[in-house]
Amino acid sequence: MVHVDPHEAGAVPAIELTGATKRFRTPSGTLHTAVRELDLTVAPGEFVAVVGPTGCGKSTTLTLVSGLEEPTEGEVRVYGEPVSGINGHVGFVFQQDAVFPWRTVLSNVMAGPRFRGVPADRAREKARDWLSRVGLSAFEDRYPHQLSGGMRKRVALAQTFVNDPRILLMDEPFSALDVQTRALMSDQLLELWAGTGSSVVFVTHDLDEAIALADRVVVMTAGPATVKEVFTVDLPRPRTVEAVRLEPRFVELYREIWASLGEEVRITRERGAGRAA
Amino acid sequence: MPLETAAPATPAVTRTEVRERAARNRKLGVYGARAAVLAAFLGLWEVCARTGVIDPFNFSQPSRIWAQIWQWVTHGTAQGSLGEQIGYTLYEALTGWVLGVVGGVLLGIALGRVRFLADVFGPYVKVLNAIPRIVLAPIFLIWFGLGPASKVASAVVLVFFPVFFNAFQGAREVDRNLVANARILGADSRKVTLQVVVPAATTWIFTSLHVSFGFALIGAIVGEYIGATKGLGLMVAAAQGTFNAAGVYAAMTILAVVALFTEGLLTFAEKRLFRWKPADAGDGR
Ligand SMILES: Nc1ncnc2c1ncn2[C@@H]1O[C@H](COP(=O)(O)OP(=O)(O)OP(=O)(O)O)[C@@H](O)[C@H]1O
Ligand SMILES: [Mg+2]
Repeated sequence: MVHVDPHEAGAVPAIELTGATKRFRTPSGTLHTAVRELDLTVAPGEFVAVVGPTGCGKSTTLTLVSGLEEPTEGEVRVYGEPVSGINGHVGFVFQQDAVFPWRTVLSNVMAGPRFRGVPADRAREKARDWLSRVGLSAFEDRYPHQLSGGMRKRVALAQTFVNDPRILLMDEPFSALDVQTRALMSDQLLELWAGTGSSVVFVTHDLDEAIALADRVVVMTAGPATVKEVFTVDLPRPRTVEAVRLEPRFVELYREIWASLGEEVRITRERGAGRAA
Repeated sequence: MPLETAAPATPAVTRTEVRERAARNRKLGVYGARAAVLAAFLGLWEVCARTGVIDPFNFSQPSRIWAQIWQWVTHGTAQGSLGEQIGYTLYEALTGWVLGVVGGVLLGIALGRVRFLADVFGPYVKVLNAIPRIVLAPIFLIWFGLGPASKVASAVVLVFFPVFFNAFQGAREVDRNLVANARILGADSRKVTLQVVVPAATTWIFTSLHVSFGFALIGAIVGEYIGATKGLGLMVAAAQGTFNAAGVYAAMTILAVVALFTEGLLTFAEKRLFRWKPADAGDGR
């Protein structure tokens, strides 16, 4: 359990990775470094977007913070405490669909509180509240296969938010959605997040999304991942995705970040081509 | 373009109606053809037996089989009423099935979840599985006697392995994302097993339930055939002992009907249990 003195809350970073390295053993027996010497700090209540070439180690970084995986070297701290195992204050929206197909929508959202021993009545009440916030009240009796992809993602959001996480890890949560739905979901996410004061690490390939949502955008190097550059997004809040995209500062930031990221993407592509040759 | 001839006023409705009627006709056609195949087969058999093309003493004939069944229904069998024999066999098969399924599911999930157990017991399970288990029936007869216990034991060993392997596989192949999600949401290891692994493995387990009920019946029947005081298997053995071919076929027919009926019940239960699945996926037989 993490205990934070309210007077210190500002001083202790929500997430702190220092020299974090993660190596995987590949089937052929060699070691594959997915994340190398990664330093990253996220302040309480901060929204950080992470961008980087595909396969560079973004998802791996999130699993290190969540406690699903342990770093091979270095340290990961959440609210000042070293991560060991799953932390109850962390929420994780996965890259792939991870709602339980055999549970109804309501039951899926109730799952977290029920796992944590909240009585059924109270859990149902909380779940209904979050379902109404993501606009799915009318669908609470449906099974996931009866929903659209966007609806399933909203179930996943409600399922995560219902636990009141202080740290929210989101791994390309909207990548499977069409552009319009994605913009709507981004706005919805900003609304949901605004009330909670939680810290967010949001992995995405979409620079529009990254800049529109985040306080800072972290650009990762080609794999093994480490932080290449960090951009502060000085656009005023509250934002809506459609409006903020038209601001000159947005376009400027987009160009800068794209230049930085583009280089890493090129390296990754050349490596892939080189290996294939 | 046959569709253009349909009334232009409400084309959507007529087209649906046309399609529905076609589907209905197709269904009727299939049922009709099925009945015709059965009638032709039985008719040919009967005719061949009567004209002496095949020897009715060995191959019997449908009318005699029917007469035999009718006699059992109205006058009972040598061991008691027909219902009692069916009940006896079903009781043995069902008991063996339940025990085998419970054991198979519990052990399969335990070994699928706990690596250590899988590593320790894996080779033993493989060795046991390699034994042709039907030859155990005589041994069980020696161990457990003529009563139902020996038949239940044969059914259990036949049912256990397919269920075990399916449950094991199901527990192994659970989507890692679902497990990770449950752990993040706050589930401890026990809750992950009960609320993620078990539901995810039910699809696998259910496929094996269909097959394994057939195995349970086989176990019970073979056990009865070898030695028993009651049951359908004993009826087969008794009929065979008196060179009553019609009796053997009649007992087999009753068995087939019983097996089909229980199979239908299982399919029904499966449909109720898998409401969360897309409509076409639950149809794996
Ligand atoms: N469990 C694992 N075992 C072995 N290698 C792994 C494992 N998980 C990830 N990797 C490797 O680590 C590297 C980084 O993977 P990761 O999933 O973190 O990439 P990513 O940045 O999230 O990519 P994407 O943007 O495509 O999702 C990849 O090369 C991948 O092959
Ligand atoms: Mg990823």
